[in-house]
Amino acid sequence: MEAAMGLMRRIHPKNTDTALSALLSLLPHHSSDLLSQVDQPLQVLCDVDSGKEFILCEYNRDSESYRSPWSNKYHPPLEDGSHPSVELRKLEIEANDVFSVYRDQYYEGGISSVYMWEDDNEGFVACFLIKKDGSKSGQGRRGYLQEGAWDAIHVIEVGPEEEGTAHYCLTSTVMLSLTTNDESSGTFSLSGSIRRQMNMDLSVSEGHLCNMGKMIEEMESKLRNSLDQVYFGKTKEMVCTLRPPAEVVQMRLPDS
Amino acid sequence: MSDEESQEPELSEKQKVEIAKWFLLNSPAGEIQYVAKDVKAVLNDEHVYNMAVSEAFPVYNKSHMICLEMPGRVGDVLVTSFGQLNENEYLDPRTAQVAVVDHVKQVCTEVRPANDEELPSPYIEEFRCALDAEITKYVDEAYPKGVSSVYCTNGKDVEGPGSDFELVVVISAVRHSPQNFCNGSWRSLWNIEFKDDVQMLEVSGNMQVGAHYFEEGNVQLDAQHECKDSTIFQSPDDSAISITNIIRHHETEYLASLQVLNMALLMVNCFTV
Repeated sequence: MEAAMGLMRRIHPKNTDTALSALLSLLPHHSSDLLSQVDQPLQVLCDVDSGKEFILCEYNRDSESYRSPWSNKYHPPLEDGSHPSVELRKLEIEANDVFSVYRDQYYEGGISSVYMWEDDNEGFVACFLIKKDGSKSGQGRRGYLQEGAWDAIHVIEVGPEEEGTAHYCLTSTVMLSLTTNDESSGTFSLSGSIRRQMNMDLSVSEGHLCNMGKMIEEMESKLRNSLDQVYFGKTKEMVCTLRPPAEVVQMRLPDS
Repeated sequence: MSDEESQEPELSEKQKVEIAKWFLLNSPAGEIQYVAKDVKAVLNDEHVYNMAVSEAFPVYNKSHMICLEMPGRVGDVLVTSFGQLNENEYLDPRTAQVAVVDHVKQVCTEVRPANDEELPSPYIEEFRCALDAEITKYVDEAYPKGVSSVYCTNGKDVEGPGSDFELVVVISAVRHSPQNFCNGSWRSLWNIEFKDDVQMLEVSGNMQVGAHYFEEGNVQLDAQHECKDSTIFQSPDDSAISITNIIRHHETEYLASLQVLNMALLMVNCFTV
């Protein structure tokens, strides 16, 4: 299992799908571990009742069906699919509304879904998903990339309430892929995924949703900075160390 | 075929070898040994593993044009399909040595002087050698860790003017810094057709850049570009200078366009405001 995860860290993110199905066939007995630990590009289905799209992941799946956060129904229909409790479903509906507004403000489009379920230790888990397609065919306002996708997965484990506070553990993954192909610059593909964790103990006086929202907002801004500066900066730096740009060479010449 | 795969949990040996090879061949630059270690653990089958590595390593080594040190301080040899004499023997045209390579260990185990039949004719060698000298100068200046080689891929036995021949310039630069969680590679291939009848040189190039950053994540850059150019057929020394100028020009321009593209992608940041 450790070796399998090691392979997933080295394989090009654009090949995640192929790599995962290869590992699943090699290690069928680890399939549930693999499916929960390997982040895959998010898929989307259309809710037949509301006509709105929703995001598929391990957390809204039951056998071969996925539960829509809009109608609370499984697609394709499932007789005895699991559902959150009435109370948690109320919070889930509210979270979906709030998160849609957040997504629209920050992402100028895209699709979002929130799923919640009870966990074994009297708390609950919430999963916030965002998918944004920035390609030519996508609905992004500035979409001009040949292929581009931003998938964000935030999973928050909320512990049981104790003396007015609760423990929140947020694990976030952002998967980003950019591909261009034009005459002047050839093919160019930059893709990656990064994962971060954040733990907080917060007062629940303002409600779980407010706390989770603040954590996600903070985390997203951190992840964006890491992607921009550290990761893409690093790959650029690497290219420059392989073959320093001409200016640098010229600047060095007078010294030598 | 696909039905069989989904219903049959136990894979055939052949399928396992294919999967293992896929992982090995898709290793980022300089990371195949790490991938091999993990593949071995996942497979848990020495026989399948050995079959996969023996098939995948030679292909990977040649496509990544890895650079190996030849014993006895002779110099370095690039493992490429252009210098390949047989599965394990690779010609280093600069030193006229043949390196015997252990693909899986990625080392050169011994060297022997090349035979006359393995080397180009004196007429070709004059062009090859002049170009090699110019390219070496350029690579030393432009690539801090670059290695280059010039091969004759067509018409190596041409004895004098009147026939066409082809040379290939290979430039390979790698940087591995696992302690900084990043690796990168630059590979460029330049094919030069010496057209005797029209007295022209047709130059076509292919440049490939890769970078992998894997601290708390996995971010990879993959870029490739092809281009064409031409110049007139001149003396060996003058041809070498004009070819090198063409290569320098295109490589510098490509690098600049990569920077611009990279920056543009980041600044536009079309995903989030």
